[in-house]
Amino acid sequence: MSNAKVQISNQAQISKHKWAAFLIFRHLSFPWHLDFAFELEGLKMELVFKRPECLIDVPFHFCPGCHHGIAHRLVAEAIDYFKIREKTIGVASVGCSVFMYDYFNIDVLEAPHGRASAVASGVKRARKDLIVFTIQGDGDLGAIGIGEGIHTANRGENITLIFANNGIYGMTGGQMAPTTLLGQKTTTSPYGRDFTYDGYPIRMAEMMATLEGSAFVARVAVNNPANLMKAKKAVRKAFQMQVEEMGFSFVEILMSCPTNWGLSSLEANRRVEEEMIPYFPLGILKERKMADYL
Amino acid sequence: MDQNLEKILVRGNEAVAMGAIDAGCRLFFGYPITPQNEIPEYLSKHLPPLGGEFIQAESEIASINLLLGASATGARAMSSSSSPGISLMQEGISYMAGSELPAVIVNISRSGPGLGGISASQGDYFQATRGGGHGDYRMIVLAPSTVQEMYDLTCLAFDLSDKYRNPAMILGDALIGQMKEPLIRRKPQQMDLPPKDWKLTGAKGRKPNKIKSLYLQEGELTEHNWKLYQKYEKMKEEEVRFETVNTEDARFVIAAFGSMARVSKTAMELAREEGMKVGLFRPITLFPYPEKALYDISTRVKQFLTVELNTGQMVEDVRLSVGRDAQVFFYGKPPGALPPPEEILEEIKKYY
Repeated sequence: MSNAKVQISNQAQISKHKWAAFLIFRHLSFPWHLDFAFELEGLKMELVFKRPECLIDVPFHFCPGCHHGIAHRLVAEAIDYFKIREKTIGVASVGCSVFMYDYFNIDVLEAPHGRASAVASGVKRARKDLIVFTIQGDGDLGAIGIGEGIHTANRGENITLIFANNGIYGMTGGQMAPTTLLGQKTTTSPYGRDFTYDGYPIRMAEMMATLEGSAFVARVAVNNPANLMKAKKAVRKAFQMQVEEMGFSFVEILMSCPTNWGLSSLEANRRVEEEMIPYFPLGILKERKMADYL
Repeated sequence: MDQNLEKILVRGNEAVAMGAIDAGCRLFFGYPITPQNEIPEYLSKHLPPLGGEFIQAESEIASINLLLGASATGARAMSSSSSPGISLMQEGISYMAGSELPAVIVNISRSGPGLGGISASQGDYFQATRGGGHGDYRMIVLAPSTVQEMYDLTCLAFDLSDKYRNPAMILGDALIGQMKEPLIRRKPQQMDLPPKDWKLTGAKGRKPNKIKSLYLQEGELTEHNWKLYQKYEKMKEEEVRFETVNTEDARFVIAAFGSMARVSKTAMELAREEGMKVGLFRPITLFPYPEKALYDISTRVKQFLTVELNTGQMVEDVRLSVGRDAQVFFYGKPPGALPPPEEILEEIKKYY
């Protein structure tokens, strides 16, 4: 079984991933706060890229190379796209995602560990005119809150759940998660995850797709520009499903955790491609074309 | 809502459900457990026609978190359960106390520990009045002893929880929940309540509202805990409720709450018939506990008998409340059988 600390030998691979990391770095580090729609003596420059309106202009606390900030941006872009910032409620889960309220310029409610989808359902049932989403990590959704997650999907709650899967407990310091890959070393699987002791990594998207209540289920990654564009589409689609009252929408985003994987940002990106994606295949698993009440 | 002033014969649990509806609660989340099932059953039938929502959740954990979410929008919402289910809700209750979210939670308690049984018990007194979950917080706890009070106090619980932005609990038991008594469904007048400017409705034309219980900055959490403490102190000043019967001339007072107050009342009457000057002290709010009222009585009365359906929980509050020269005796009946009034009378005679 492979170890998280992979040896990099292929020079071509390195340059490919360097390029991907560079693009992602650009994506994250661009000075969004500068409004560069300036006019120069009759020369009009069109604004083509800026910080989404519903992101607050503060630096993320996420570690260098972490994909969490990208997920935030994708969600923010979707909210802006549908012009729903003023009626969107975010539900912060417990984990690295908890500080959502520091970044999104929207109303935010904090949920107990694992309960974000139940909390989000409660908000939605009380106010069906609002748009409700949550970003849950793999510990939050795949372990302690798996019951709430499954039943939220099964009830077809018209909310959007973004599942941040980096295969590790990031905030608590790198313990084994339900999605930790076999052989992967973590602080609580120091010999590598062994299915005879720890069971197998859970494929949440596939499980969610089996439930009649789910309307849209996709798994995406943001480790290179091509995947990032697909991820952007999927997240937007998930919000569209909610706006159109189609039912429960779910996007699993494969993410890196360079800090707790013990890898550089570059190596972590490569690991997403070479180790995570083969076990957690990307794609749209389910897309309802018509609301089930129609 | 029609104000039906006719007397109707209903079960205690139904009275709770009716009280919730009349208090404007339109959202209910619960999970089946005996002996409180009449509450979700009634509301599953009556909420949808009123435009409300009923969810039978997959667990009490989900129920309490659905409640948390609904409450954050400013809506009146409720959940009910019984002892083991209430244990599962403690995490969510702690979060709601920490996040300052109002909600009503009904515990039609049964007996424990563990699976225990379905007979009436007052074994959840500590859990209800001491916070129950993690952290330094309190819940408003109301203990009805009649079907009428099941209705009235449920209405009150919604007002109090909104007033203080704090979860409130109705602590009944299998006896009060299951028995039928006449009820006058007279909707109490709602308190003047502060506007819910904290609620989550979408950040339209205002700064985003954040509802959370995580405070990591130096000093923030200390300040937050003191703020909560001040709220509990204010409850002690303003919200204490209790009933006294024959305490004016009494030289011996029984202290009991909920179902045991009913049996104790009969025992008191039997004692009076035999010429003993016995009174009854019944706290209605278990938190805030009527400490001052009990202390005042103890300046005249020097003997107290606490009667409970457990091995001794509220007796601690009675002992903490009364003056140092007062004697506090305890008669407990762990779950299984209710003591008849005669049994309590015998106990009174031992000390009177």
